[in-house]
Amino acid sequence: MVLRAEEVRRLIEATAKTVIAEADRLTALDQAIGDGDHGINMKRGFEAVLADLDGLAQKPLPDAVKSVGTHLVMKVGGASGPLYGTLFLTLGKELPAEFDRPAIAKAFDAAFAAVKARGKSDVGQKTMLDVLGPVRDALAYGVDNGWGDRIKQTANAAAEATVPMKAVRGRASFLGDRSIGHMDPGACSSALMIGAIVDCLESGAA
Amino acid sequence: MSGNVGIVIVSHSPKVAEGAADMVRQMVGAEVPVAWTGGNADGGLGTSVPAIMEAIEKAWSEAGVAILVDLGGAETNSEMAVEMLDGDRQGKVVVCNAPIVEGAVIAAAEAASGAPLSLVKKIAEELSPQ
Repeated sequence: MVLRAEEVRRLIEATAKTVIAEADRLTALDQAIGDGDHGINMKRGFEAVLADLDGLAQKPLPDAVKSVGTHLVMKVGGASGPLYGTLFLTLGKELPAEFDRPAIAKAFDAAFAAVKARGKSDVGQKTMLDVLGPVRDALAYGVDNGWGDRIKQTANAAAEATVPMKAVRGRASFLGDRSIGHMDPGACSSALMIGAIVDCLESGAA
Repeated sequence: MSGNVGIVIVSHSPKVAEGAADMVRQMVGAEVPVAWTGGNADGGLGTSVPAIMEAIEKAWSEAGVAILVDLGGAETNSEMAVEMLDGDRQGKVVVCNAPIVEGAVIAAAEAASGAPLSLVKKIAEELSPQ
């Protein structure tokens, strides 16, 4: 598939608007176990993305995805800026202009590895990687009729699964056992974005 | 221009960053290039990649630049900023794993002696238990 300009626009717009709409919830999650700015930071980043939507939609999807990463790096202001920035920059670098679902799986695998390296972290530490890891595995499983639902369910279940985890990385790790019982905000924002992207791809944008 | 290693201080709080820079200057005066940055793009607590890149530029020395950071996001954003520098500059900037205030002061004192970047980093990192 090759996305047309209006499809690139719809994909990026839907992702940005989903995060912005849930900003208060992300901030509330971060107030429980972090410094309480995740939603505010992600909103700032994706507002910069929306402000550049006309420019982004003129680019081939891989370049547009890279530019989304750069906006997040420059604007977000917390650790999530370079982490999500690295995710999108790597996805953009790895995705060919003409791609299929196996190509998405391959690009996502590289992006997952890059985020792991950026955060010096791994799955099981109550971070966004606890969603990205299972989603990477679900993507690698292959393509079938239930592709979209399977990816979304994996992401949502993986975000829920961070609730009983104890944070060992990031600001939440300062809380030790008190980080148990709350969903990780980065896991939540990852699941939201993945849901929005999959919905867009499945609704015929690609 | 000083030939000594430069020091950049990156805190979530501009007050912390500026205060730490004041303590560094009290120690080394103008012998060491020092720059600081703190706060996100909206002026709230946080750190900003473009602001860190600017601070590196301000404290630039051919001998290199040592960055001292406070918490997680300051470190991640600093590492990102270093990767976004021109290729030949990237290898001359390091992020130190050291407490921000003590690390900045001791790194600057070492830099003022003309020590190379690797030694400045090592001395600062001796403050952190490995």
